[in-house]
Amino acid sequence: MTERTVQPHEDWSRPPAATTGAIGWMRKNLFSTWLNSAMTLGALYVLLTTIPGLIQWAFIDAIWGDNPPEVCKNVPGACWSFIYEKYRFILFGVYPWEEHWRPLLAMIIFLTLIFGSCIKPLWALGKWIIAIWVVGLTMVGILMWGGILGMEYVDQSQWGGLPLTLFLATFGAVLSFPLAILLALGRRSNMPAIKAICVAYIELIRGVPLISILFMASVMFPLFLPTGVSIDKLLRAVVGLILFSAAYGAEIVRGGLQAIPRGQYEAADAMGLTYWQKMGKVILPQALRITIPPMVNGFIGGFKDTSLVLIIGLFDLLYTTRLAFQDVNWRPYFVEGYVFCALIYFCFCFFMSRYSQWLERDLVKGQNY
Amino acid sequence: MMQPIKTIALSFAAVLLAGQAFAGATLDGIKANDSLRCGVSGSLAGFSLPDSQGVMQGLDADVCRAVAAAILGDSEKVEFVPLSAQQRFTALQSGEVDLLSRNTTWTLTRDTSLGLDFTGVTFYDGQGFMVPTSLGVSSVSELDGAAVCVQTGTTTEKNLTDFFRATGMSFQPVVFEGFEESVTAFINGRCDAYTTDASGLASIRVSNVSNPDDYVILPEIISKEPLGPVVRNDDGEMFDVVRWTVFAMLNAEEAGITSENIDSFKGSEDPNIARIMGDEPGMGTAMGIDDTWAYNVISQVGNYGEVFERNVGASTPLGFQRGINALWTQGGLMYGPPIR
Amino acid sequence: MTIQHQSSDVQAAAPARAAFYNDPTVRAIFWQVVVCGAVLALIGYLVSNALDNLARQNIASGFAFLDLPAGFAIGEGMIDYDPSNTYLRAIVLGVLNTIKVAVAGIIFATIIGVIVGVARLSPNWLVARFATVYIEALRNVPLLLQLFFWYALLVEALPIAREAYGPIMGFYLSNRGLNVPLPDDIGFVFPLVGLLLAIAGSVWLYRRNKRIHDATGETPNTIVPVLIMLVVFPFLGWVAGGFPTAFDTPELKGFSFNGGGVVSAEFMALWLGLTLYTASFIAEIVRSGIQAVTKGQWEAAGALGLRRGQILRFVVLPQALRVIIPPTTSQYLNLTKNSSLAVAIGYPDIVSIAGTTLNQTGQAIEGIAIIMAVYLTLSLSISAFMNWYNKKIALVDR
Repeated sequence: MTERTVQPHEDWSRPPAATTGAIGWMRKNLFSTWLNSAMTLGALYVLLTTIPGLIQWAFIDAIWGDNPPEVCKNVPGACWSFIYEKYRFILFGVYPWEEHWRPLLAMIIFLTLIFGSCIKPLWALGKWIIAIWVVGLTMVGILMWGGILGMEYVDQSQWGGLPLTLFLATFGAVLSFPLAILLALGRRSNMPAIKAICVAYIELIRGVPLISILFMASVMFPLFLPTGVSIDKLLRAVVGLILFSAAYGAEIVRGGLQAIPRGQYEAADAMGLTYWQKMGKVILPQALRITIPPMVNGFIGGFKDTSLVLIIGLFDLLYTTRLAFQDVNWRPYFVEGYVFCALIYFCFCFFMSRYSQWLERDLVKGQNY
Repeated sequence: MMQPIKTIALSFAAVLLAGQAFAGATLDGIKANDSLRCGVSGSLAGFSLPDSQGVMQGLDADVCRAVAAAILGDSEKVEFVPLSAQQRFTALQSGEVDLLSRNTTWTLTRDTSLGLDFTGVTFYDGQGFMVPTSLGVSSVSELDGAAVCVQTGTTTEKNLTDFFRATGMSFQPVVFEGFEESVTAFINGRCDAYTTDASGLASIRVSNVSNPDDYVILPEIISKEPLGPVVRNDDGEMFDVVRWTVFAMLNAEEAGITSENIDSFKGSEDPNIARIMGDEPGMGTAMGIDDTWAYNVISQVGNYGEVFERNVGASTPLGFQRGINALWTQGGLMYGPPIR
Repeated sequence: MTIQHQSSDVQAAAPARAAFYNDPTVRAIFWQVVVCGAVLALIGYLVSNALDNLARQNIASGFAFLDLPAGFAIGEGMIDYDPSNTYLRAIVLGVLNTIKVAVAGIIFATIIGVIVGVARLSPNWLVARFATVYIEALRNVPLLLQLFFWYALLVEALPIAREAYGPIMGFYLSNRGLNVPLPDDIGFVFPLVGLLLAIAGSVWLYRRNKRIHDATGETPNTIVPVLIMLVVFPFLGWVAGGFPTAFDTPELKGFSFNGGGVVSAEFMALWLGLTLYTASFIAEIVRSGIQAVTKGQWEAAGALGLRRGQILRFVVLPQALRVIIPPTTSQYLNLTKNSSLAVAIGYPDIVSIAGTTLNQTGQAIEGIAIIMAVYLTLSLSISAFMNWYNKKIALVDR
């Protein structure tokens, strides 16, 4: 739609302008109209004013390697020594120093599980995937808690950093899934009372910010328990996240349910299937397939939202980063800390969003064969 | 498909819930768990902040360790629970922590209406102001109309308002949730003045700015901020243990007993020292703990002076003087009642 | 969809009634009673625990505290407030602050989002890359982190109050924020009324001309009369008001600026963070909305001789809008809810003020209930408005 044929009023006596090669490419893509040229020049100006300074700061003037904080004083560039000193704390929080190999290994297992589940050919394993997850998560649990096989017991209050962020995001998403399905089914149910409860729940949760749910989990929830019973802070946060993402998941699943043609419901009814047979064997398998890409997007949102748990004092990745530059020796180097933290978040989210886009295209392709 | 997920969920919940319901009195619960759950700030340098190795360091954290040493005989048997200013009292009330050692100001309301008891004072503080030298201000009475940076969720915010209302001056508050944002904003000139406890001001002036001489701490202190550990008021024994652990650290400093030299006092003829060493029986059993409790505290954590110097003293980046936190024999307010 | 024939082995004789517990109506009622009972029991259990705990710990309950003096100061707000005012007034102030940032954020996020979304499909390679980098970088980093970043940047990069940029027409820019002059004369009401009249007149003219255009195909000139109205009406108002000239201009006095109005640095950082973050999502929605319009529409419009800008404006965007509106609504809701992160960078929104309130009164349940009620109301209002708008532009089947 952007290619133009040569306009008749152009000067025919001159040789045609290059349409191939670098110049042709630039003509076509950068300078096709005066507006385009202006935009190109503007963009180039922005690039030229920011990039060199950034490179100067991040690389040329930067201090690299394991140096004491004094070395960084009055240096114009970045002080990456701060990351050298603190990266283990940022990644693993207050987990006992000598035992850091355990969360590292647990994280590797965890990431393998997640990445493995993303590989489509492996989906053929079907139910085995769930078994693998159970085995994997058991291993992760054993590694993190310890207490057996000669490993020292580490309480969950000492978990922190990237493993904690990953756990919160994954458990928040995975465990909210069944609840989301039930809520979506309830919302589409023809029993008015159940429908009303589900609608009220979904709209209530979707109408308030996550921060208020976490506030509730941390400040209000203990008051709702019988005297003398207290629930671990981590569990309260996970429950808060589950309740929150279930409402959003329910809307995604509802979208999937609505996309299933009415004929499928009627056919299932005609075969005399009960409600749960109809849903479990006919409708949901089709509906959930459609909802995978939006679910991945929801997971990305949930992953970023876990950063809010710092409000209730859990040592997630963002909080450990902030604590790292609370250290009086390293206070001036918060920008380096934020950059490091942002890069970690970016890598995960970018990968997942690309994956969900690929999956979306792939599923569409699958439907049109 | 849902069955395994449910199983995981249940087992996850079961593990987390285990050992959470506490049994009767706090002290018995701590002994049964063989671990003290101690609520700390976890983000305040000098009081409780994890170091690069992830170990909680600071004066408040060492108070937790001392109490663990007194009750369990091992200062390492502490589980630190970081709490925000808003969460701290609920966490203690609901039994999520056994002890709150989180730079908390002792006030009448908090002591009486929250179901909690303050056991004493581990650090005397007061609220002050810091301004850039270039402003040419030498007294808080010149701060009329100033923008003041302050952290939320603390008594500081309320004191600030009360002070300006009492003096009839106007001000513009800029209120932050986090410490570093508030300090960064002040240093960059977003506010004319910064207010927090005097100890905090000193540490900011030393560690957060490139040239300490560019900032002055105004001489006036507008409030009293006695900071100390807090327990639930359902267990008298726990209250006594925490209170006397701190007193033992004060008494040890007064008697010149440190974690280094404590073993040289073994078999001392001085009955006062003998009682601290646990050589004279009865001092621990009265509180339901071992007679060597004070010995454990001093040998593993140190006396009050050591803890102060290690975490906030002149040799640390914070560089506090002892001031009113010196022993009463040196003109301060720290006074340990006799152990006998 | 209720199943009428439950028993497949219907006897030849009397049509045997299914056992009553197999009757779908009975079953439906049974399950609803069970679920409602369970939900009510859970709520009752939690409430009784809460009441018990509150009584045991001597924590006050109820909303009586709203009438007590708040006793804390608030940095900025659209209504007068001082610490001797009640908690209720403080909370209203917080709500207004939340609404202020949400409205400003929604407007600008929409504008930037549409521009970036269109730019992403631009034939200009560099511009399209720029838009892609913008979208990917902002979407994939937590908003909280971005807010910390923007605030640090504003406060570091802008000069202190005494070295503020300006005055440019009475405006000053420093890291305190943007100080603006405000009209200081009751006579200024008249030009304002004139401006409103001009806007109303412009809308009327636009509609009238559109009707004419739809009916006859003629295009009466709209721009010129609108411009004339926008200049003349306020001027007439100014004359009617008696040529007021008094402006309350900000002035550097003592520590900071006195007089005029101020857009604080906290507001700017929050607004910037929310706007740019949400814009990256809206841009993606706009992009997919435009791409959802089939290629044939572009080609047909191109065949009619329309330029790219015209094709976008008259052919593609109106169709794309129907795809764009529903997901954009949820982005507006997200922006409003995300404004609750204001507390991290010192902007006094409702969460910040209710948080201080619950910290001072110790009434956690009431404090959180207020926060939730406020956001629910805001969310429902936005949903209702967007649903109305969506209905209005929906494709009318003929």
